[in-house]
Amino acid sequence: MKRDLLAALFIARKDLRTEFRTKEALNAAVSFALVVLVLFSFAFDLERSELYDISGGLLWIIFLFAGSLIVNRSFTREVPNDCLDVLVASPVPAWALFLGKSISSFTLLMVVELISLPFYGLFNNIIWMKTFWPHFGLMLLTTWGITVTGVAFSAVTVNVRLRELMLPVLHYPLLIPLLIGAMEMSTALLRGDAVDNGPNLRLVAVFDAIFTALSLYLIEFILVT
Amino acid sequence: MNAIEADRVWKYFGDYPALRGATFEAAPGACVALLGRNGAGKTTLLRILANLSKPTKGEVKIFGEPGGGKTRERIGYLGHGIGVYDDLSAIENLTLFGQLMGVADPATAAAAALERVGLGRVREGFAREFSRGMRQRLAIARAFLHKPEVLLLDEPFTSLDDRAVAVLHDLLRDALAKGATIVMSTHQIREAMELATQVALLERGRIVHSGPRTVEMLADPGWLYRKYEEKPQ
Repeated sequence: MKRDLLAALFIARKDLRTEFRTKEALNAAVSFALVVLVLFSFAFDLERSELYDISGGLLWIIFLFAGSLIVNRSFTREVPNDCLDVLVASPVPAWALFLGKSISSFTLLMVVELISLPFYGLFNNIIWMKTFWPHFGLMLLTTWGITVTGVAFSAVTVNVRLRELMLPVLHYPLLIPLLIGAMEMSTALLRGDAVDNGPNLRLVAVFDAIFTALSLYLIEFILVT
Repeated sequence: MNAIEADRVWKYFGDYPALRGATFEAAPGACVALLGRNGAGKTTLLRILANLSKPTKGEVKIFGEPGGGKTRERIGYLGHGIGVYDDLSAIENLTLFGQLMGVADPATAAAAALERVGLGRVREGFAREFSRGMRQRLAIARAFLHKPEVLLLDEPFTSLDDRAVAVLHDLLRDALAKGATIVMSTHQIREAMELATQVALLERGRIVHSGPRTVEMLADPGWLYRKYEEKPQ
């Protein structure tokens, strides 16, 4: 078990090392997030209160789309030179491979989110620093949910010809409950509402737990065709 | 106990049977040359033996165990793709695979493996900068790195120059001397026959011949093909 967890970390480190060298997904995701933020800031001429009403939705839509660019690369990275075959044939269990891929994609998406957040505040005149830590906790939970499901679908579509199109078609509908919870909590936090976020927090946590367990269980069947 | 057993293995891709009841076994220490024309099912059979693909019907065992799980530790696999990362250096690639394969001192083992295949001088070079032959040598070093008991090699001689072929021969001889079992598919029959102790011929998904390598095969590498072409199945 310890050796398998270590293998997951080796795989995550390899993915991060290659990504920080090539910056293929990172550059695309950061550029995309910043461009959308700029466009949104010009597209809507809203009152301050109205802006806070849509703040959570706006934030998570950007993170979701940027996240697609990250998770799509997770298993696609293994396609050149048939590296996936070598990993699957290795003694590393499929769940450890999946966990490693999820950790690297999660880290990359968190980097994109943390880079985007100041620009989100700047372009939309939204004060986010006051509630940064609770929001950071929410970002960790929701990003894990986006990542773990996205990496699982990336494994499903890795050998599909139109994988770039298939991934969002499969992935987005599944994320609806997670994103509803995250958007409502973000909006409440940014507006400073004194509301009980408990139900939404439980929704996000349960979503994470269910889909993490399900993906870890099913990944062997997905990868060994 | 046999090192490798494939019992009436069928594999369908859609309606097409790539393997049709292929049955084959290899004793520990055997070196099997898996021959066959293009599309005969050699790669499919090797992928099933490596647990990269599940048979539609039939069973595969490695040292008496079904494929997957801990048997993977005992297998070294070299497929059509070289299985190394273009954006990692040669030493980073082999160290990573050493770590994943559970090699005791991955960095030292990786450096030694690179020296062995003649890539010691370019150990810091990225795999993407290598020529095709160098990439194949890196792939060979990767497949042998954890000293596997079973080596499944799909066209291992591809793109190798004469010096690299000699290096691969040495590695294979060493592995055989240490008791490893080797199954290699190849179209370079002469090279394979020099090492093979057993020859299996696949024809349209069926093993039509499996037996020891004979003097005729060594003297005339095309002999087996001709024998079965004269007797169509």
